[in-house]
Amino acid sequence: MAAVPDRIHLTYLVNGERAPVSFAPYKTLLEVLREDLNLTGTKHGCELGECGACAVLIDGEPQLSCLVLGVECEGKRIETVEGLARGTELHPLQAAFADCGGSQCGYCTPGMLMTAKALLDRNPDVSREQIREAISGNLCRCTGYQQIVDAIESAAAEMREAHK
Amino acid sequence: MSATKKRFEVVGKGRRRVDGRAKALGQLRFADDLVLPRMLHCKLLRSPHPHAVIEQILTARAAKHPGVHLVLTGKDFPIPFGIMPVSLDEYALAPERVRYVGDPLAAVVAKDEQTAAEALELIEVKFRVLPTISSPQEALQNPEPRIHDYGEQGNIHRNQAYEFGDVEEALAGSDHVFEDIFFFEGNTHLAMEQQASLASVEGDGKLLLSTSTQNPHYLHRQLSRVLQMPASHIRVIATPNGGAFGGKCDPANHEIVVAKAALVLGRPVKICLTREEVFYQHRGRHPVMMKFRTGVTKDGKLTAMHLQTLLDGGGYGSHGPASTFYTGVLTPVTYELPRFKFEACRTFTNKPPCGPKRGHGTPQPRFGQEVQLDKIAEKLKLDPAELRLGMVTKPDSLTASWLRIGSTGLAECIRQVVARSEWKSRYKKLPFGRGLGLACSAYMCGAGVSIYWNKMPHSAVQLLLDRSGQVTVYCGATEIGQGSDDVLATIIAEVFGIDTGLVRCVTGDTGITPVDLGSYSSRVTIMMGNAAMQAAEKLRAQIAEAAAEQLETLPSRLLFSQGKVFLPENSSKSLSFREAVEFAEAKFGTLGSVGSYSPPKAPGKYKGAGVGPSPAYSFSACVVETEVDPKTGWITVPKIWIAHDIGRALNPVLARGQVIGGVYMGLGEALMEEQVFRRLPPKLSSALVHRIPSLLEYKSLTALDMPEVDVALIEDPDPNCPFGAKEAGQGPLLPVMPAVANAIFDAVGVRIDEIPITPDKVLRALELKNSGKNPRVGPEHFPAVPYPKPIFVLPPSEGGDGNALKSAEGRPQRKKVAA
Repeated sequence: MAAVPDRIHLTYLVNGERAPVSFAPYKTLLEVLREDLNLTGTKHGCELGECGACAVLIDGEPQLSCLVLGVECEGKRIETVEGLARGTELHPLQAAFADCGGSQCGYCTPGMLMTAKALLDRNPDVSREQIREAISGNLCRCTGYQQIVDAIESAAAEMREAHK
Repeated sequence: MSATKKRFEVVGKGRRRVDGRAKALGQLRFADDLVLPRMLHCKLLRSPHPHAVIEQILTARAAKHPGVHLVLTGKDFPIPFGIMPVSLDEYALAPERVRYVGDPLAAVVAKDEQTAAEALELIEVKFRVLPTISSPQEALQNPEPRIHDYGEQGNIHRNQAYEFGDVEEALAGSDHVFEDIFFFEGNTHLAMEQQASLASVEGDGKLLLSTSTQNPHYLHRQLSRVLQMPASHIRVIATPNGGAFGGKCDPANHEIVVAKAALVLGRPVKICLTREEVFYQHRGRHPVMMKFRTGVTKDGKLTAMHLQTLLDGGGYGSHGPASTFYTGVLTPVTYELPRFKFEACRTFTNKPPCGPKRGHGTPQPRFGQEVQLDKIAEKLKLDPAELRLGMVTKPDSLTASWLRIGSTGLAECIRQVVARSEWKSRYKKLPFGRGLGLACSAYMCGAGVSIYWNKMPHSAVQLLLDRSGQVTVYCGATEIGQGSDDVLATIIAEVFGIDTGLVRCVTGDTGITPVDLGSYSSRVTIMMGNAAMQAAEKLRAQIAEAAAEQLETLPSRLLFSQGKVFLPENSSKSLSFREAVEFAEAKFGTLGSVGSYSPPKAPGKYKGAGVGPSPAYSFSACVVETEVDPKTGWITVPKIWIAHDIGRALNPVLARGQVIGGVYMGLGEALMEEQVFRRLPPKLSSALVHRIPSLLEYKSLTALDMPEVDVALIEDPDPNCPFGAKEAGQGPLLPVMPAVANAIFDAVGVRIDEIPITPDKVLRALELKNSGKNPRVGPEHFPAVPYPKPIFVLPPSEGGDGNALKSAEGRPQRKKVAA
């Protein structure tokens, strides 16, 4: 058996920037993001792929970063909550979460935002039912989801307006 | 009041919460997001046995493992701790005995988590396994082996009885006496954030612990006790909690362990519990068996109630003494109840300790009480809403148990949910398989006494203003997601007539903020809020005096509004808030003020009268609609209506969020959430283990399961509360579970007298119904509990003075009861 190296080196494209990183090969993408790239916006809640707190976009698709190994992502385009805002201007989803009560404790928020972004990037013309379906893999223990759905619906309307 | 009254500008307006932006950016730093140079990582070794004596721990191999810096065991922590002074029964690491699967007994500190986990495997422990006590029934039957060597007797931790008026006499004189037994299974908080803590020794040699706690003040005291250090050398920062719901109230083993490790090593030490460990840390909802004997008149008025409860406490005391009280004390708050007897017993068992979860001890009896009322209405052929409306407690009244009810909006809550759900035209009229259920509740706005006895304020606020116009407010209260910082900023901003964006909140830091007891018992809005009002009004008076001098008017004529201080009738006489502060700073020197709050004295004087009193009570009413598939027992909830008497909504966006969130958690408890255990097969030790210590298996509602919730906020400002605002964090959870049970009865005519209500139980009840038997699933017997002789207190209406009667002779003679 070939010896496993202590650390491996590779490069991701994180939030539009080249991100060379070196980490222990057993690490999940979640751990690499949080511990080796200091992107602590992405959260962990279960280590089992059940709660959605760690959702990020990999090549535009929402993925649970606790179920993806860091080594699998060489060269991939990774989007995290830190990449949502433009400078100090909030993404419409972020503004809507803040205004509509979509965040209470805020812990599930990054995963919710990324999941919602993937949904609205594909199609900003969504029903409440489609929103609920899309976020059904993201657990929130504070809100009862209603104000999260309100927030995504409101951001979707704003994004449709902006596309006109 | 030094300034002219004005309309509210901040209070009552739906606004982005003050920490909303940081949360949406993912910028808020939770405990596990903190990193320090030279930081090490800690892991705990947890017991694989539910009950065992630790005969030997060998740590040499672990200590020699490359990358390991420190191994700690029970001998490093000779001093016990606990949240309540009467239950100091925990050690940071168990020294001699483990009491549940998951009880921590050793710790490794290493260069990274992986190394620490490897070293845990190298610790050799020799256990002598003891018999397991798995339930309260077993605890009562088996006084030996004792799980703890303190408590009432055998494996009974707490045992108590109170009687307010002669209950047997009143029951004998009632037209009907209803006797029902209920069971409420335990469940856990399941906050999304796993507990994490980072300890370090600061440059000045003092200990700093940043941790996900709801109660930094109580933790601060316990750290000082266990580490034998002056509290002034310890600073606890409560990091923003990623949800808590009561689960981060107790000082926790891991917090003490990393604090000790940092002090030994002089390096920062962090721990983050795994999700499995969070299930072991627990401190969640107690499983409670309940028996209600309730007397009613033929027109549906309560005459008396005899309530017995039996709590499964788990392996340690935790908040247990308070939890035991709370399975009874708030029962008389919702409806007029002339006489009340309450017996409660908490047993130790070899399971993770139970403690406070949202509603603390009260959701369980509330479930029983409200389902029994539904049965009473059914029997008396009364509408359940009318029955309740006919007996809600009166404002400014005393309960039989000497609790003072201040304002109450319960009647309006009931009317609102009845109207909004079209109850009158739909209850009992929907087709088979669909139904409506109604239930109510009441909850405290803060516990009337502190967890440890003292005469000091429960909350304190300090305000600092300077010539920049910046307002900084310091308070020990803790942001756990409920919006405590926003409440603080709202109150200050309203008093000063400024935007909440100008207020910087510095909270939950024992090193720099004045003491607030913590985010528990729904106390923050009322207690911190009143303290904040006091501090802000003092400073506003100074600013008004200085501004009046400049504007050549009287301070009392000035208005603080929209960032200005001005004379309403003369627009030329106006200063910006910042200018007014400048003049005040010039006139008075550095501007600062403090405010503090202590709750009013409880009217009851008997021993135990301190649990239950509150400056105000919130009230809620709820209607749940259910659809039950009679073939599968599957329960769908298409809609929930809730009305909550909040006094005043300081920020309606947050208030609604709290209410809906409470309904969500209540619905999860009603339908699926349970912290349950099973025995391993004999070849695997027969140990009692958690059945489902993962988010995959512990079921909770997803966005697809959650119905739309219709919220009515009933605003009738309470004079004891800041701007009249009551709590919203806990109360709205409580009526949901009984409303679901009552709706299932309306849908398919079966009674499920236990929580959670799962499809298998519904099916079983339907089978009983179809075979002509009593269509009920629930506990059949209430165990024989050796309750003590009750403390007897005469109710206010019977001439009592709030004291217990010293002897039986003092009891009033029983009246002859007509047969």
